[in-house]
Amino acid sequence: MMKTIPYSRIVETVRDLCLQAAFELPADVGNALKKAQRAEKSATGKALIGRCITNFSVAKETKIPICQDTGIAVFFVELGDAVKIKGGTLPRAINEGVGRGYTEGYLRPSMVSDPLYDRKNTFTNTPAIIHMEIVEGDSLSITLAPKGGGSENMTTLCMLKPAEGEAGVISAVVNTILKAGGNPCPPVIVGIGIGGTAEHAVKMSKKALVRHVGTANKNKKFSVLEKKLLTKVNESGVGPGGLGGSVTALAVHIETCACHIATMPVAISLSCHVARHATVIL
Amino acid sequence: MNMKATMIQLTTPLSKATIRSLQAGDQVLITGTIYTARDAAHKRLAELIDKGKRLPVDLENQIVYYTGPTPKNPANGSFSAGPTTSSRMDPYTPLLLEKTGLGGIIGKGNRTPPVVASLKKETAVYFAADGGCGALLGACIKQSTLVCWDDLGPEAIYRFTVENFPVVVAIDCKGNNLYENGPVRFKKPS
Repeated sequence: MMKTIPYSRIVETVRDLCLQAAFELPADVGNALKKAQRAEKSATGKALIGRCITNFSVAKETKIPICQDTGIAVFFVELGDAVKIKGGTLPRAINEGVGRGYTEGYLRPSMVSDPLYDRKNTFTNTPAIIHMEIVEGDSLSITLAPKGGGSENMTTLCMLKPAEGEAGVISAVVNTILKAGGNPCPPVIVGIGIGGTAEHAVKMSKKALVRHVGTANKNKKFSVLEKKLLTKVNESGVGPGGLGGSVTALAVHIETCACHIATMPVAISLSCHVARHATVIL
Repeated sequence: MNMKATMIQLTTPLSKATIRSLQAGDQVLITGTIYTARDAAHKRLAELIDKGKRLPVDLENQIVYYTGPTPKNPANGSFSAGPTTSSRMDPYTPLLLEKTGLGGIIGKGNRTPPVVASLKKETAVYFAADGGCGALLGACIKQSTLVCWDDLGPEAIYRFTVENFPVVVAIDCKGNNLYENGPVRFKKPS
């Protein structure tokens, strides 16, 4: 039995997701920040986290975007194989919804059409980046994770040798954090993709950022590594705003995939403390 | 405790004497006029300087804020305007400091050694604002007027009138750098 979802409903839904993500921080991120504020040893760092928390409530109450960088609109979509979209294609509906959300909500248009030469603002914040997966069933799940440019620029991909093992992964992550310093607006969430291919590792690392903050990898070995990495990252001293402190990351999330006998891709994506994401299931 | 009592109050434009008195780590509240400029505006400013042309704004002793604000909400004039990563402006900063007499910069994140050297040479100061706090910082901006380059959208140059805009001195004109000194204090020895 096929389920039909009208094109216009997807447009409306995506529009609302854009607004929700820009003004309201998910509760899990808010709670992680409160915990970080208690844990932070630097007085200035503690005060900075306090202002971040105030900023979130101001944004929610006054409908002023949490951060002026309302991000590149990144979508993770799971389309059930028993779902039919009536009236247009799904990517077009998503892009139309983004254009409407960003324009009607006075969110910042941050996309330039030609990345190298003209760099002309499209003024609609489109095109969106859409990662689509076909799944079994009759539902359509749309997750929007607007990604700020400052943290996006700190993304790294390391094609490690299998012999480098766990130590290689730890050093890749810690080096990324040290090099990033204050740029990605710490405290950050660290998303790590291990395995697959180069492009798949990066995609996993980004998807890891939308996991409920602090939920552990289901595999014990990787959940232990997540904890170890969180300790190492926080021992870097980078701290809130990169100005020094004991809380550099709120969480480390690892996603994994099988890989080629010759490879061990490790991708690291960072999310600022404004870890916006919003999901809707139709 | 009154936070403002522990903070230095500054009014723009900045005199060299004021700039010299600031030390890395000082908490500062800025009141007055500041100008926005980020990637695309810096590119255009540098092109004008290279061609020996007049700039659309006089930056002598002024402060440039690296930000790309959200559009104003016409309902109440509100907008979000936190700092963007400063290092992207590093290729242009020494030129701008030398040729315009710019007194201060607000952004986020560390700068490269040529920028630190230029801040020392030209007696200028680099302030850090709270990254990701655009709603709070936007509330300290009482007025925003377009100066030029509307086609750049959020990357245009705007004149902001700010009141008690909170920043910390990240790199002072002697080259002391909070982005270097701060983390060292909390780094676990390996």
